[in-house]
Amino acid sequence: MAKLPVSAEKIVEDFGPHLNYSPKEGYDGRDEPDEVVKTHCCFCGMQCGIQLLVKSNKVVGFEPWMEFPFNEGRLCPKGVQRYLQNNHPDRLIQPLKRVEGKGFEPTSWDEAMDKTVSEIKRIQEKYGKDSFSVLSGVSLTNEKSYLMGKFARVALKTKNLDYNGRLCMVSAGAGNKKAFGLDRASNNYSDLEYAEVIIVAGANISETFPTLTHWIWKARDRGAKIIVIDPRMIPLARTADVHLDIRPGTDSALYGAMLKYLVDHDMLDHDFIDNYTSGFQETLDAVKDYTLEWAEEITGIKKEKIQEAAELWGKAKTSFLLHARGIEHHSKGVDNVLGCINLVLATGRIGRPYCGYGTITGQGNGQGGREHGHKCDQLPGNRDIENPEHRKYIASVWGINEKDMPGKGLTAYEIIEAIHRGEIKGLLSICFNPLVSLPNSNYVREALEKLEFYVCIDFFLNETARHADVVLAGSLQEEEEGTTTSAEGRVIRIRQAITPPGDARTDTSIILELAKRLGAEDKFTYADSEAIFNELRVASKGGTADYNGITYKKIEENMGIFWPCPTEDHPGTPRLWEDKKFKTPDGKAHFNPAPYKLPGEITDAEYPVILTTGRVVSQYLSGTQTRRIGKLVDQYPEPLLEIHPKLANQYDIKQGELIRVTTRRGEGIFPANIVETIREDTVFLPYHWSGKKSANQLTPGTLDPISKIPEFKVCACQLEPLNEIAPPSKESKAYASV
Amino acid sequence: MNYTSFNTNEEFFVDMQRCIGCKACELACAECETNGQDSLIHVNYVDRASSIQTTVQVCMHCEDPVCANVCPADAISKDEFGVVHTANTERCIGCSNCVMACPFGVPKKIEEYDLMMKCTMCYDRTSVGKKPMCATVCPSGALFYGTKAEIAEMRPNSSPVNTFVFGKEIVNTKVNIMMPKGSTELIIY
Repeated sequence: MAKLPVSAEKIVEDFGPHLNYSPKEGYDGRDEPDEVVKTHCCFCGMQCGIQLLVKSNKVVGFEPWMEFPFNEGRLCPKGVQRYLQNNHPDRLIQPLKRVEGKGFEPTSWDEAMDKTVSEIKRIQEKYGKDSFSVLSGVSLTNEKSYLMGKFARVALKTKNLDYNGRLCMVSAGAGNKKAFGLDRASNNYSDLEYAEVIIVAGANISETFPTLTHWIWKARDRGAKIIVIDPRMIPLARTADVHLDIRPGTDSALYGAMLKYLVDHDMLDHDFIDNYTSGFQETLDAVKDYTLEWAEEITGIKKEKIQEAAELWGKAKTSFLLHARGIEHHSKGVDNVLGCINLVLATGRIGRPYCGYGTITGQGNGQGGREHGHKCDQLPGNRDIENPEHRKYIASVWGINEKDMPGKGLTAYEIIEAIHRGEIKGLLSICFNPLVSLPNSNYVREALEKLEFYVCIDFFLNETARHADVVLAGSLQEEEEGTTTSAEGRVIRIRQAITPPGDARTDTSIILELAKRLGAEDKFTYADSEAIFNELRVASKGGTADYNGITYKKIEENMGIFWPCPTEDHPGTPRLWEDKKFKTPDGKAHFNPAPYKLPGEITDAEYPVILTTGRVVSQYLSGTQTRRIGKLVDQYPEPLLEIHPKLANQYDIKQGELIRVTTRRGEGIFPANIVETIREDTVFLPYHWSGKKSANQLTPGTLDPISKIPEFKVCACQLEPLNEIAPPSKESKAYASV
Repeated sequence: MNYTSFNTNEEFFVDMQRCIGCKACELACAECETNGQDSLIHVNYVDRASSIQTTVQVCMHCEDPVCANVCPADAISKDEFGVVHTANTERCIGCSNCVMACPFGVPKKIEEYDLMMKCTMCYDRTSVGKKPMCATVCPSGALFYGTKAEIAEMRPNSSPVNTFVFGKEIVNTKVNIMMPKGSTELIIY
């Protein structure tokens, strides 16, 4: 049913990706805008402040926002070009329906809604409530994230709701909950400034969170030592004091060995460990054999460098440890996170000025979006959907009977697996492009083709949406009021700069209309986004992610408020744990054993090379937005296979030669970029592209048992040079690859 | 009479070790309506095969600008604030003398317009008290625009240098580069 109605090439012709460039002289009215709107970037978790210039209900340019405290006007190339989406030829401006043999044709909202609701009802009546699933995403504001959770549980009554944060920081979230009982970066980034040592583990900050670089360099100016853990010489690693060039998939071995070193050399904060933590001895027992020699063997990092890093970390008086997807996208992502936390707790450097720890949340609202309920096991306020008290409280806020609230559902990749098995028959997606962003894309495509009905809400027709029966033209970030929560835990205001173009509607109004047609109007009537936020505040009250005391007015007056903020007279909490009262049941921070385990797939004679994946600075996630912006595409037009000269030499690979990369799941052909800035046993591919240029044709659907994050960062591959030099990248048209 | 509000206390500082090669500066520079979507600042890899290192080149705004000195059409001028302006479109004859003469390789001839274009230190912004666009957006502080006192406080391990020695030629510039503490000049061999 959900096979493409026409060829992918025809859909690309009609709906893109096409490249949008600003006119040479800029858009009309840029110098005399009707409005200058102070808001935030739509892309990563830094949520940089930016001003959008608006003329005649169009975004025509940007101006840096110097006063916003995190970035003070600084932006990355994506931020500079983010304004080009509203004026984009691919922007969906009316609802579409699938027409066999023709593609997608405009339809009326009435018809699109009728079809959607009748299919939802048909599928749920025939196969049960849970046979209809929802995949949501955390580029959505807090208000929309909250609404999606409530919509799935109250209007659709399905348990199978999950989100693309599942590909983002769920390993960190799970690890933080185990260790601290709460899931948020412990400090805001101003605590980096006087940290003596900074560990950056699996976080290509300069390409994925460029504006955070400033804070790292600021610390370095004050004398901080920088330790970067990454299989590649990333920009931050070039001038780092120690670069631990780790073999992908061996992170927990490194942290274990460092912990043992701290213990053996008594570089511990005994007072903190004795009074404020639990689980130290079991955690040590798990790493008692992890010598530096053993760690060198496993991780491929020279033991002297591991020792140097451990010495620096052990002796520091202040420090900050940051990690991101590099250690989290693993079948033991949670263990890796716990390994990092163990190093922080062993030295007691948390809850004080310039003593910090945190994951760097990837998506724009990765933080807020994971707190308020479109995650399969969670209710607003970061409550647990399986906790009877939590269920009861949220049921009361929603005005439903607790017994009618669905339980824990499947996670994002498991939803795809259940669709593939034929157990889930229907899908509503918003703000998620699983065909590009999930691993093993050939398998994901097969699953999509099995759906009986698929409705997608989006502002561009992304690759996954090509499989939809109905596409509802939704809204860009700048087309609705709301809030997000940055990677620091700072709740900020997103401003509506313009109304959706043409016949497109706001995401909120679409969800509310669907809820109404599903018979839940009484639970889904709000005056505006602020009314949704005010309900969210009540729903979060008393939860660990407590927004109760945060109002729109307070956010605006303070340029953001850090949660938890339980009451209106509470100033918010930029730094957690100053009182050493952790949110775990025993009130202590928990050490957790994190023994080294093998990755889900290891190299062998047939698949002898390690493949790892990641991002480039000019693209964002699945590229739905950034593969449509001309200059961002020009900056890095197609995925290149980074390979060390020694490995290239073994295969007689030439610079620019096309290489077939094959794994147990699929194959793809990519030009070789021979660089000394990667380990000799590892090749790297960035993952932003679709179709035959997608790195996720190759990656495995192996999941972490706790967080269910897929193992994007390590698998085994074969390399086959094709004896043909690739045409220039700009001719590749990889941005629209099918 | 001076109608501008050019802040004469503020200077431009370039710190190569901080450059992360992201090109935010290039994309932001190109946004200026007078640049026609071409960037007048350039980021390049030094040698991608061996390193991730990039360099960023902005007009250094020389005290005695050789680009202006060699211009046969008198199209390039330096103003009272030391800003060396791009070619006057009515005068530039597209001869490329400046392109070849500049010791920093800054001016570029845009063939499409038969015109040399180079950085004017965002005169449209700096003349009204704003900072240049590239130095405003730079996410890593590789480009900074502010006072000498600010940079001294922020970067205690570096010194601003604006004297460049090319053989027997000494070039002093309005733009500073950040070098190890105590440096006074950069000698180019």
